[in-house]
Amino acid sequence: MDLKISSANASPDERSAVDDLLGADQETSQGGERNQDGHRVSRGGELLRNMRHLLLPTLHAVNDRIGWISRGAINYIAQRLDIAPADIYGVATFYALFDTNERPARQVHVCIDLVCRAKGVFTEDSLPVGSIPSPCLGVCERAPAVLVIQTGVTPRHEILAPAIPQDIADLVTGKSVASEQPVSAAVPQSPDESLVLLSRIGRVDPLSIDEYIATNGYVALRRAFEIGASQVIAEVTASGLVGRGGAAFPTGRKWAAVAGQPVTTRYLICNADESEPGTFKDRVVMEGDPFALVESMTIAAFATGCQHGWIYIRGEYPRAFKHLANAVKTARARDLLGENILGTGFSFDITIFRGAGAYICGEETAIFNSIEGYRGEPRNKPPFPVEVGLFGKPTLVNNVETLVNVLPIITNTGEKYASWGTQGSKGIKIFCISGAVKKPGVYEVTFGVTLRELINLAGGMTDGSSLQAVLLGGAAGGFVGPEDLDLELTLEAARTAGTTLGSGVVFVLDQNVDLVDQLQRIAAFFRDESCGQCVPCRVGTVRQQEALARLASGSRNGDLQLLRDLGQVMRDASICGLGQTAHNAIDSALTRLKVFS
Amino acid sequence: MSSQVATGLQVRRSVELTIDGEKFTALEGSTLLDACRTSGKEIPTLCYGDTITPKNACRVCMVELEGSRILVPSCSRKVEPGMVVHTDNDRTRHSRKLVLELLGSSVDLSLTKNVARWNENYGAEPTRFGPPSYRDGNRDQAVTGHHHKPDGSSAETVHQAVKIDNPLYIRDYSKCIMCYQCVDACGEQWQNTFAITTAGRGFDTRISTEFAVDLTDSACVYCGNCIQVCPTGALMFTSEYEMRGDGTWNESEQTQTDTICPYCGVGCALTLHVQDNTIVKVSSPSDHSVTHGNLCIKGRFGFQHVQNRTE
Ligand SMILES: Cc1cc2nc3c(=O)[nH]c(=O)nc-3n(C[C@H](O)[C@H](O)[C@H](O)COP(=O)(O)O)c2cc1C
Ligand code: SF4
Ligand code: SF4
Ligand code: SF4
Ligand code: FES
Repeated sequence: MDLKISSANASPDERSAVDDLLGADQETSQGGERNQDGHRVSRGGELLRNMRHLLLPTLHAVNDRIGWISRGAINYIAQRLDIAPADIYGVATFYALFDTNERPARQVHVCIDLVCRAKGVFTEDSLPVGSIPSPCLGVCERAPAVLVIQTGVTPRHEILAPAIPQDIADLVTGKSVASEQPVSAAVPQSPDESLVLLSRIGRVDPLSIDEYIATNGYVALRRAFEIGASQVIAEVTASGLVGRGGAAFPTGRKWAAVAGQPVTTRYLICNADESEPGTFKDRVVMEGDPFALVESMTIAAFATGCQHGWIYIRGEYPRAFKHLANAVKTARARDLLGENILGTGFSFDITIFRGAGAYICGEETAIFNSIEGYRGEPRNKPPFPVEVGLFGKPTLVNNVETLVNVLPIITNTGEKYASWGTQGSKGIKIFCISGAVKKPGVYEVTFGVTLRELINLAGGMTDGSSLQAVLLGGAAGGFVGPEDLDLELTLEAARTAGTTLGSGVVFVLDQNVDLVDQLQRIAAFFRDESCGQCVPCRVGTVRQQEALARLASGSRNGDLQLLRDLGQVMRDASICGLGQTAHNAIDSALTRLKVFS
Repeated sequence: MSSQVATGLQVRRSVELTIDGEKFTALEGSTLLDACRTSGKEIPTLCYGDTITPKNACRVCMVELEGSRILVPSCSRKVEPGMVVHTDNDRTRHSRKLVLELLGSSVDLSLTKNVARWNENYGAEPTRFGPPSYRDGNRDQAVTGHHHKPDGSSAETVHQAVKIDNPLYIRDYSKCIMCYQCVDACGEQWQNTFAITTAGRGFDTRISTEFAVDLTDSACVYCGNCIQVCPTGALMFTSEYEMRGDGTWNESEQTQTDTICPYCGVGCALTLHVQDNTIVKVSSPSDHSVTHGNLCIKGRFGFQHVQNRTE
């Protein structure tokens, strides 16, 4: 490509950050060495055009080294990857973890989202100097949470939770973070061998493949190889498993659709973007049982004929990333991943791909754009991902929790799995309980428990607190009130009751939480996270926030009607699920909890 | 039921669908918008242009498709046999009204064609979200994922100062509806220059060069193909901008003359817009089979020599 590059040059540090990732400058890039005539040589062509998927990792490399993305850095990346600087700028400014303005080497991101702000410690207006407000960091069981990024040659990403204001002041001035609690702290049920999905947590070292194998690890994969691809799909279909990412789509049907595609180059994506406020189950699974995810992805790929898999993990999950990277590497060394797995002739490998601060990139088609090196804007459907997905190929997208359920399905048979749970909701579900309960964390249950039972499982309400409301399913979900405590937490009961389980969020609000403040935060969240592509969502989320601000200050001239009108157009006319659900929680607060009436 | 029509070398089947209770046939591969328009339905469009694959981002063309949970963008949704479509019911009218209100409340649509008529037709009142705010936030410096908390006393707009950084054309992004057409014309779909991009996210998305540098520091080659596709007047010849400022721009006094560009052997088609015997701007017929409305800097802007008059 004929690039026009300004005179801004990358610093040696920026160049080396890029070169460490892409390898030394080759003749194939426009920044390449000069030939004997002193001309830069570029013989990239096809090769360069196929490198765009390295854009996000390259931006990460610079951001992790320097702390921000400068003009010089963008120019250098442009030459290395043959992408126009403006195009790169468009991508870099899409993601909240990147900044194109100079920033200090240390960034302290303080969660000001629903669960953390309910603790009453931090809001956007009360942040210690030098810290950056952040949407939900997915550590809600230990609210309030802080993510510290220390950039440099060996960048460090660390979570501190729970945090107090003094901690943040210390972190901003360079103090290091005390080491994180063990993963098992997030699983109050652990250690418990009888659990189906969380049984290894607190019992097995998540970094040890031997301990994984010693606790039934890789039994399911061997079994899958025995029964063959189509039988695996048959078992998953028989199990009645539906997606745990929020949309509850039947998993077996999706697998069969991918397996039936005429195009044989196919990809698998594990959706680990988990950015729905109040959701942290996928994080706990990845941190506590990473090999289970690697094994289940291998089974999914085997069943559907995918040659390569990606784990798209949100950028704010340092420990999950580390544990997964170890799992992938170790599995590869043991012939459990890569060429000719276990001598079966089946080959499959996994790339771990870090997001960069964008809730929208959890939308299945936005992931494709993000991995391909474009702005994470959702694509138009149809065509659906199972037909035309990543790099234009049939793609299977599944949530972390969905995938790990495949292991008990294969080891126990689909029929057995289907015998757990209720008629309309089969099997095992992980809920994320946060807020005013004694033991917040992730809980594994068979479908069918009621909201009351679940809260009791979490130790009941904290002393002296009384229940004001529960947010089910996160910001895209809905509120229910104390009168709904006997609601059975199944897909069918939730639907009948006009609410949703969404991603499994159960955020318990006591009488001290300012509900109006929560609603305003939900509105702010959707406004910040809208990709900006379509009008109903891009402008609608702002108008919704403005109307709530007016209602919060006491005036209500037509604003309730305005909100309903906005809700309808966002639901009816938005391109993707973000805009379509951006009014749900607010609507439920108005209608069920009678806020503002 | 399906007949076949040969178009060029391709054989396209025709499909039958129901629009507002009446049966129509449309060519396979065409869009619902095509089908609706040939069957005489008026559907408003904003981000749809005739030379760019639509981004279907404005959502003003939504129609109801039976069996679909949400409305579908007629400009992009391909016809399928047996579709049952409603173009004008309460749901589509509500959706169009709100989209017009949302855009009208945040963007200066004064030069966007048909908007006044549509507002009336759909009962859209863009002012009902409160008085527009022209807070001179520097939108080019917006930090992704962060915003200025609104108090609800006014409706935030995309207002920003007009960018005048070169002698040929101006960029007034207060008028920009984010239809993506200029970005697609500059980049992938036509020009392959990639001087401009969509930057930022959410309400802060904006059309920008890298780091919002002046066009003169960007990769822009002044082909003006972005001006050609811009439906809102956000991108405008400097000549037009200045005449509008002086109050002398008068389209009803203008003639349009098609001619051939004199500069090179390609021979692109030009349309000269002439007022008072002076060329005031140049466009190119978008239905031209070779150039599709695209030109280079010489054809688009190199018209001064024609009117170097010695008074
Ligand atoms: C804005 C938005 C964000 C989403 N985020 C996630 C996510 O973080 N993780 C996830 O698994 N699914 C997410 N989804 C749902 C996915 O689009 C998709 O339905 C899911 O990954 C499919 O996997 P499943 O069938 O296993 O649930 C999101 C959807 C939307 C609209
Ligand atoms: S609904 Fe929102 S997030 Fe989804 S495509 Fe539209 S603007 Fe983007
Ligand atoms: S004038 Fe041409 S090169 Fe310049 S921004 Fe417009 S389309 Fe791109
Ligand atoms: S400047 Fe014009 S063409 Fe470009 S996005 Fe805005 S309205 Fe569309
Ligand atoms: S004209 Fe169809 S979405 Fe804009």
